Amino acid sequence: MRWGEIIRRLVLVPPTLFGVAVVVFVLLRVVPGDPIAMMIPPGASEADIGRLRALYGLDQPILQQFASWLAQVGRGDFGRSISLRQGVSGLLLMRLPATIELALLATVIAVAIGALVALTGILLRGRRAEWAVDGGVGVLLAIPDFLWALILLLLFGVLFPLLPISGRIDPQIDLDLYSNFYLIESLLTGRFDIAFALLHHMILPALALALPFAAIVARLLKASLVEAEDQDYAQVARARGYSRPAILLNEVFPNALIPTVALGGVQVTLLLGGTVLVERIFSYEGIGNMAIDAVINRDFPLIQGLVLTFAVMFIALNLAVDLVVTLLDPRLRHG
Amino acid sequence: MADLVVAPLAAPPSRLLAGLKRGGARLRVGAALVAILVLVALLAPVLAPHDPLEQDLLSAQLPPAWMHGGDPAYILGTDSLGRCVLSRLIYSARTAVTVALIAAAFAAIIGVALGLFAGSFGGWVDQVVSRSIDVWMAFPPVLLSIVLAAVIGAGLTSVIVAIVAVDWTRFARVVRAETMVQLTRDYAAAARAIGLSRAKLLRLEILPNLVPLLVTLLAVEMGIAILVEVILSFVGISVSGDTPTWGSMIAEGRQIVYQAPWIMGFPIGCIIASVIGVNLLGDGLRLVLDPVQRS
Repeated sequence: MRWGEIIRRLVLVPPTLFGVAVVVFVLLRVVPGDPIAMMIPPGASEADIGRLRALYGLDQPILQQFASWLAQVGRGDFGRSISLRQGVSGLLLMRLPATIELALLATVIAVAIGALVALTGILLRGRRAEWAVDGGVGVLLAIPDFLWALILLLLFGVLFPLLPISGRIDPQIDLDLYSNFYLIESLLTGRFDIAFALLHHMILPALALALPFAAIVARLLKASLVEAEDQDYAQVARARGYSRPAILLNEVFPNALIPTVALGGVQVTLLLGGTVLVERIFSYEGIGNMAIDAVINRDFPLIQGLVLTFAVMFIALNLAVDLVVTLLDPRLRHG
Repeated sequence: MADLVVAPLAAPPSRLLAGLKRGGARLRVGAALVAILVLVALLAPVLAPHDPLEQDLLSAQLPPAWMHGGDPAYILGTDSLGRCVLSRLIYSARTAVTVALIAAAFAAIIGVALGLFAGSFGGWVDQVVSRSIDVWMAFPPVLLSIVLAAVIGAGLTSVIVAIVAVDWTRFARVVRAETMVQLTRDYAAAARAIGLSRAKLLRLEILPNLVPLLVTLLAVEMGIAILVEVILSFVGISVSGDTPTWGSMIAEGRQIVYQAPWIMGFPIGCIIASVIGVNLLGDGLRLVLDPVQRS
């Protein structure tokens, strides 16, 4: 039953992506702003403008533009960026790893903070301090990631200047790495000086993305922990004389994990969507920051490629969460 | 014969009072914060000590009055063009309130209509609405509203349209699911049995039961609308330069954050207070209106 549901969702992926492509494409074509007008020097002749327009295929009817773009995308080619004058696929390959690393780091931080807060809350269950923990979680949740970004930037970048507030790494550092996954590669190859410099830059944006998500994790996990602790098996372990922390960690925690992953996993898309602005605020060189520039410059091919990339990541994340939940839960695995 | 006891007439007000009590501190704090926000927006011309656009280059980047070098004429200091920060904050509240009210209302109307439609008709109507929601949900919402606002062009209207076009799905998804649930209830079957048309059933029976849910959603949506307006003006594709907004103040402050951190700090404080106020009000109202908790 459960597997059938996953297959049904898989089948819906191509039409959804097609829908996304249509919406972006049509949306951009009704723009009054002209990408060509923004790249030509003043005083260019009509003929020059016409030639440029033809070069990017903007002189053809919309349907034909869409068909040729779709055929291109099918071959893995997203066309050329108008403002950056490079292939979109190359730009994506260069910038996407930065965003993925940032999102991964943020997720790790969020899960760690969330789990700690939830466990603290459950240990304090029934006391006055539990109320304070819940209230703190409420505040974390109410303030969205980009506001956290601004607050952290003011606090730790300006008032107490402990951390850098822009870029992915210090420009003077020599990056002789093979991939664009700087952090992962430097950690794997033991280049801890580079990893440290990277983390130094990433910690504030990652924390900004992590805080609201940590609140979601904490809330979900605590609710599941409360429910699991009241189950018979936890009571039995109690009767056998195991200590409460031991029961919480060994018996209750693993069972509380499933609903948390199921409900919280989907929210990772929120975190991913948040990278757009948080990258902008910290001038971090990922695809989110690039997307805003692309929109400002009316760079059609780049916007299309970026939106499609985000859509693929969103859909893949949702599917991955479903899959993990199915694998984690023995009832669903054999259902 | 014993006199019949007349039902106490005071039932509705006392129930309302009890409800307001149940709303508790959240309702009171939330309502107070939102009231302040709305009042500031309405009374902006009276409250603002200066014209928010008036430049005074000789007194640019003044710190707040209580800090060293501050000028009592500019209580919260001035920005890099010498404009009064306090006045700009006050006028920005106008933009925020306008966008929040109009955008949330339209998103709700469109979302509720489509949700009711999809939830009650089912079949291909439901398929069309649900698949559109799927497509919409595959976009990063921030990016979609940025693209939309850029496409439509600068101005308050484009901000509002961008928010409505992105956020109708929030209402549509929830209303669709809830309509399906409510339609299986006995009261809906009874209403159908006495021959109510589908439109009447939805309007008279289903919709009133969705009100508590909608109030909460509406409050959340107003908070989101305030934030999206901030985001769009921060990125620089919202309203033109002569309309003060918290977002554009933050963007300007970001440029000179080391020299004048307060320019960025004050609008951030205003946004946080507004968003928390709207959310608390929504939470409180839900407690007041929820029929399950009322009984």
